[in-house]
Amino acid sequence: MTPYFMPFWALLTRDLRLSVREGGGAALALGFFALVATLVPLGVGSDLMLLAKVGGGVLWVAAVLAALLSLDRLFQADYEDGSLDLITLSPLSLEGAAAAKITAHWLSTGLPLTLLSPVLSVLFGLSGPATLALALSLAIGTPAVSAVGAIGASLTLSLRRGGLILPLIVLPLLVPAVIFGAGMVVAVQTGLANGALGLLAAFSLAATLLSPFVAAMAVRLNLAG
Amino acid sequence: MFDWLFRYANPARFMSLSGTLLPWLWGAAVLSLLAGLYMGFSAPPDYQQGRTVLILFIHVPAAIMATNVYACIVVASLFSLVNRHILADVAARTAAPLGAAFTLLALVTGSLWGRPMWGTWWEWDPRLVSTLVMFFLYLGYSALWGAIEDETKAARICAVLALVGAVNIPIIKFSVEWWNSLHQGESIMSGNLAGPFLWPWLVMQLFYMLLFVCLWLMRIRTAILERRVRNLMQASP
Repeated sequence: MTPYFMPFWALLTRDLRLSVREGGGAALALGFFALVATLVPLGVGSDLMLLAKVGGGVLWVAAVLAALLSLDRLFQADYEDGSLDLITLSPLSLEGAAAAKITAHWLSTGLPLTLLSPVLSVLFGLSGPATLALALSLAIGTPAVSAVGAIGASLTLSLRRGGLILPLIVLPLLVPAVIFGAGMVVAVQTGLANGALGLLAAFSLAATLLSPFVAAMAVRLNLAG
Repeated sequence: MFDWLFRYANPARFMSLSGTLLPWLWGAAVLSLLAGLYMGFSAPPDYQQGRTVLILFIHVPAAIMATNVYACIVVASLFSLVNRHILADVAARTAAPLGAAFTLLALVTGSLWGRPMWGTWWEWDPRLVSTLVMFFLYLGYSALWGAIEDETKAARICAVLALVGAVNIPIIKFSVEWWNSLHQGESIMSGNLAGPFLWPWLVMQLFYMLLFVCLWLMRIRTAILERRVRNLMQASP
């Protein structure tokens, strides 16, 4: 391993360990995702035709909300206990640290949510191809959720009630992910190509590429004050 | 390049210049409002929309201002991050509630117009959705400002959010254009707006811009005075 990669790997594995141990958000996000997916049919009725129609969109919204739950731990916890100061002193640049944290957040929330989605899509009566499309769209789109979420988390890291403002600034920015993600499921269901796959991939790539730089800048501004 | 502009980044110079300009700007705003209202009410009824076309003289300028104000915030945020002028911080913060108000006005008047014309208060149409998302962005931006106590820190952090929004707004707008649009397309630049409707709109647009500039300058002046009062109170306990 190169000298630069070692601190990256250390931070990544540390964040992953924190997320699965007590107080971490990984299992919570999955539980939240499953609960929302259970509540929606109870609210709108058990008509499987209707549920199959809305399933892609509902599961996407539920996945985004579930991924937001653990975002306030991304930088805020490290800021409060002082670890963030040590991270800024490490040989890893803040951009690299932000990339490691985003990757860890995706591995502990986005990836499990993607893997759980085929189970939940059964509850919504999604067809086999539609289930596959949903899992694929989540696999492509959830990195963008972690990335844009990391921007929100880094902006609000020093706020005492940051967790409340975080969804307000992150959710509007995630509109494209929800539209294109659910659009991929609709494309499979209706058989009409709509280009959602390419646009979702483009949004996700741009977000994951740019967000470490924005997040690092926001962390610097927060620590400077 | 911006030297002439930065002369007025000095709060004292800004206060004296804006103080001189404001009465004239207010006068021009009132005149354009009266002229715009008169021209609007004397415009002939549209052959399809009837008298409801009057709503559009209120609605279209508000919708245009909704995005223009965001552009003002982005420019102010850039100056705030690059040049670190206090005036740029204050300008970005004070513009946000005005932008939110214009956005809300566009949504409400659009809804009032849509009821008789489209037969519905709300339609999940790209333009309506992107305007609504814009409104939420303004709310989030203002909420972030309010949540950070240190003013300088809040300015820098909110500037980053404004710039992220500036990158993302075209993407959001493009993504919501997925649904088939019910909202009519652009009709001003393409010359599809007849003279009797074009001129009242132009005058009303001028009024909205003047109104925004007046309110913005007044809010910036108030914020600067507030700072002075706070500094004076801290200096003499």
